Amino acid sequence: MLLLALIVVPLLAALAASVTPSEKAAPLIVAGTAVLHLIGSLAVRSGDATFGGWFQVDALGHLILDVVSLLFTLCALYGVEYLRLRKERANRVFCVCLLTFLSMATAITVAQHLAVVWVAVEGATLSTAILIYFNHNARSLEAAWKYLMIGSVGIALALLGSLFVAYAALHGASGDESLLFGALLEHAGGLSRPWLRAGFVLLLVGYGTKMGLAPMHTWKPDAYGEAPGIIGALLAGGMTNCAFLALLRVYRVMQAAGEGAFARELFLALGLLSMGVAAAFMVGQRDFKRMLAYSSVEHMGILVVGIGAGGVAVPGALLHVINNSLTKVVLFLSAGNIHRAYGSKTIDAVSGAFRRVPLSAVLFLAGFLAITGSPPFGPFISEFTILVGAMKGHLFVTAALFLFFLVVIFIGMGSTVLAVVQGPIPPAGNATDFRDSLWKTAPMLAALAMVVIMGIWIPGAVFELVLEAAKSLEGAS
Amino acid sequence: MREAASSALILAVTMNFLALGTSNLKACIRAAALQGLFVSAFPLLFTPAPSLRLLGLVIVAGIVKAVVIPGMLTRALREVHIRHEMEPYLGLVPSVLLLAAGTGATTLFASRLPLLPAHRDLLVVPVALSTLFAGFLLLTTRRKAISQVTGYLILENGIFVFAQLLHEAMPTLVEVGVLLDLLVGIFVMGIVMNHIQREFGSLDTERLAELRD
Repeated sequence: MLLLALIVVPLLAALAASVTPSEKAAPLIVAGTAVLHLIGSLAVRSGDATFGGWFQVDALGHLILDVVSLLFTLCALYGVEYLRLRKERANRVFCVCLLTFLSMATAITVAQHLAVVWVAVEGATLSTAILIYFNHNARSLEAAWKYLMIGSVGIALALLGSLFVAYAALHGASGDESLLFGALLEHAGGLSRPWLRAGFVLLLVGYGTKMGLAPMHTWKPDAYGEAPGIIGALLAGGMTNCAFLALLRVYRVMQAAGEGAFARELFLALGLLSMGVAAAFMVGQRDFKRMLAYSSVEHMGILVVGIGAGGVAVPGALLHVINNSLTKVVLFLSAGNIHRAYGSKTIDAVSGAFRRVPLSAVLFLAGFLAITGSPPFGPFISEFTILVGAMKGHLFVTAALFLFFLVVIFIGMGSTVLAVVQGPIPPAGNATDFRDSLWKTAPMLAALAMVVIMGIWIPGAVFELVLEAAKSLEGAS
Repeated sequence: MREAASSALILAVTMNFLALGTSNLKACIRAAALQGLFVSAFPLLFTPAPSLRLLGLVIVAGIVKAVVIPGMLTRALREVHIRHEMEPYLGLVPSVLLLAAGTGATTLFASRLPLLPAHRDLLVVPVALSTLFAGFLLLTTRRKAISQVTGYLILENGIFVFAQLLHEAMPTLVEVGVLLDLLVGIFVMGIVMNHIQREFGSLDTERLAELRD
């Protein structure tokens, strides 16, 4: 019941937001629904199921569900104040799409059926395409068009991949044609290998496009650069994690079929390529929102490298899902505040943020230190764990490249971030009267506090959930 | 009947070359529409006794692929007064040659995938993959939004052909997948195209080139 409510209530709230007479009420509906959703997400128990097993909570899904719900809540609380600032734009469609996205993301995390996952990813993609176009100008239109074209091809390839896996079940020796993940895992040995392999590659490209793994990442800088900061945070910490989960579910089937090594090799290759591409484009990046997009490409790469490395790197990658999402909230929202305060997002026009928006600037700097893996923040622990996992697995070249890219990115990202926060306030006049306030920074402060806690002492319940989820990813092969 | 089914597929592949080899946008849309007709007819020819359900899918898919979407694209074409694809990123001749090479490569790859006895000697997998490739080429090498959406339509035709192998065993999966992808994807693209036209007064995606590193 609770599980079904988590998917349906946001949709009902979207309906309410679409008919509410007051523009002011819609953001409050989003925030209220988000808080309820978070309480519900924390309360569901592993094993809760509905719709004949199509939707079921397991440790892996529960972990991502909690992360996405927490992230959405932080963004929704920020959104109330943000949309009050953006009175010139009608916000009804925006709020409806936010709630639809929440419903679809929830469905992805608990769906146990290959096709249901695909339908939910499609729904989430369409609702976010409209969110990216929020500013209704030429640049955001270009970003939304690219997101839609590249995203649709990705989704189409994921559909073909799903059909290939279905054919693997049809052609296989098991005689069971169910596409429930449970059934696929059980009969994995009987799946037709060539079809399964080809299907996995297509799904990796398809869902990898949604994650923003290189070389399918090209929509990301445009979308994150032009969408409001709040949408950047939701995409970088929400949508991408959902796509990652979809890949993990297929990876489990690959493992059960004895094709785990094949999948891990592809994960390592794409992950390192993503980190390398991100490093190349982050050095000398003048647009700090595009810089964050490449940071997202990098961290998606880190996640799949973690899974590809295996061993202790797997719980490391799952921890990194939490750390990356929370840190991205800090980074995208503070970048959004700075963007708003200067009316520009390139370091040619932005400097001295410490003086103009001190709190946002400090948060931006702290977010940079956290995401690049400095202690005492959470990402340090998770990235270090992945590195240890790679070393233990004797993947020395992977480990060396991993470290090298992290160092390059630290330097590249650092020079842009420091240019934004330090120095004098530029004299020229496109400055706005935007200033920091409690509501504009409180969600970030909360997220940063959690990132610090994750770096010093991981709460027991979180740790157990991560370990249980990691255990389900440890196959025999 | 199986010969007729194979003929429909071969005609569908021919349309790939026509769509990619012309700079006339109207001809390109027409090729995609005809291809939609061939691939929608294919399941009826290949299934000895089509169920009512399959008939429904075929009719809906046929109308959407061959009439609704091409009609929408043709109307958009009239409104913006453009006729030709100007200066594609990859010229017409090279793209046709690439498609020919790709069709050969997908045929080779498809021969490595084992098929159920009922599905052998039907060309489904090579046709599906090469059509997918043709759509992808059109989508990535052309500048006009209309060409790109036509490319997406062709890509979807490829998936539709493959999906027919599964319709008997998993009808719901195939119907939901194919129809949702097609209707929603193109519907939203239509809306965005409309916005592009209003914003820039043309449907040339070359104008969407402000964002870069």
